Amino acid sequence: MVSVRSAAQRVAAGTDPRTAVASVVDPEIRVITIDELGILRAVEEDPASGRVTVTITPTYTGCPAMDVIRADIRRALAAAGHPDAEVRTVYSPPWSTDWISEGGRAKLAAAGIAPPAPVPAAGVVSLTLAVRCPRCGSPETEQVSRFGSTACKALWRCRSCSEPFDHLKAL
Amino acid sequence: MGWLTCERANQSAQQRGDGVNGPFDFTLALADDALIAAQRLAEWTTRAPEMEEDIALANIALDQLGAARLLLSYAGELEGAGRDEDALAYLRDDRQFRNVLLVELPNGDFAVTMAKLFFLAAYQLPLYTALAGCADERLAAIGGKARKESAYHLDHGALWVKRLGDGTEESHRRMQAAVDHVWPYTHELFAADPAAPVDPATLRPAFDEVVGPVLAEATLTRPGSAWAPAGGRAGVHSEHLAYLLAEMQVLHRAHPGAKW
Repeated sequence: MVSVRSAAQRVAAGTDPRTAVASVVDPEIRVITIDELGILRAVEEDPASGRVTVTITPTYTGCPAMDVIRADIRRALAAAGHPDAEVRTVYSPPWSTDWISEGGRAKLAAAGIAPPAPVPAAGVVSLTLAVRCPRCGSPETEQVSRFGSTACKALWRCRSCSEPFDHLKAL
Repeated sequence: MGWLTCERANQSAQQRGDGVNGPFDFTLALADDALIAAQRLAEWTTRAPEMEEDIALANIALDQLGAARLLLSYAGELEGAGRDEDALAYLRDDRQFRNVLLVELPNGDFAVTMAKLFFLAAYQLPLYTALAGCADERLAAIGGKARKESAYHLDHGALWVKRLGDGTEESHRRMQAAVDHVWPYTHELFAADPAAPVDPATLRPAFDEVVGPVLAEATLTRPGSAWAPAGGRAGVHSEHLAYLLAEMQVLHRAHPGAKW
């Protein structure tokens, strides 16, 4: 919980709501913010009341991190001087890994998590594309497990450098 | 995807009659399928044949639970009687659950669990896909979200059915026995309900289209059994459900309002 607290502490008083919320990191993949992950859909401030409404969407329906994310958003907004906040969750349109920003992808790779390939169009037969090892860049990799430490990841291994790594599954 | 057109779904939504089988019953039935499937899958946690599979089954259970929570919450709103997802999950008895019998069957060996997973996903994928195009916005949002996860479950189940069916003599024997055991329970998934937002009977071709080739590739024989046990949708369950519910509900009933 120390890291959660420090995440909110990074937000200075007087920060605008959008910037404050965008700085919240994903509790399970702490190198990337919820904005970079694409799960932050909107931040709106009512100019009259000062009430901030934040709209988020989950990566997976059962994502257990959602409660923590909601709490972190409120904490960040409170630290920025916006204590009156509502966090709304929407499910449509469904989150896609295509919403992860370029910056987010670079951060994932730097943290040893292979970013997802573009999502194939609906109806296209899915095929396994080569996933590059985030450590040595080799395309000689293999899937160890279709599921990983979180709902959004699979476990892979590099045949060149022998290192195991996480891969964020295209969704 | 061509499984069910939006027009067909819209028409069905308009045809919904009072007291026939409103969206509450339909939504609750789907929610209960997902909830009971999640509870059964979670039983594998720490017991799966390998660690990767342990994680896989827990993840699939989590997906099912996620869909169940959304559907239960919506069912509670449709009912309008003040029941939230917890009230519906924890405070109903077995006769009030509307899940199909397939999901409440005991896990059996790993092959039985994979047969259940595969058949359920082959039904849920076209179901959620059809829902994604239906007139009810809430159901459409849930369907659009859950179908992506179902597609992954279907891949996972199909991989194992093929691997075990076309594996060793022993794995083939057990996978065939599992398919034979579970198959009769698949018929209930497609019981016609023309008044529902998505008529389950319309999903059967998509199911057959997926299941046939996988069984063939797995060198498994598609059972010809016409026995079709049913009753789950009407609340008439096997003896297994009450035991499952007892375990799932005991904490909430012993400590009303308990939160993590």
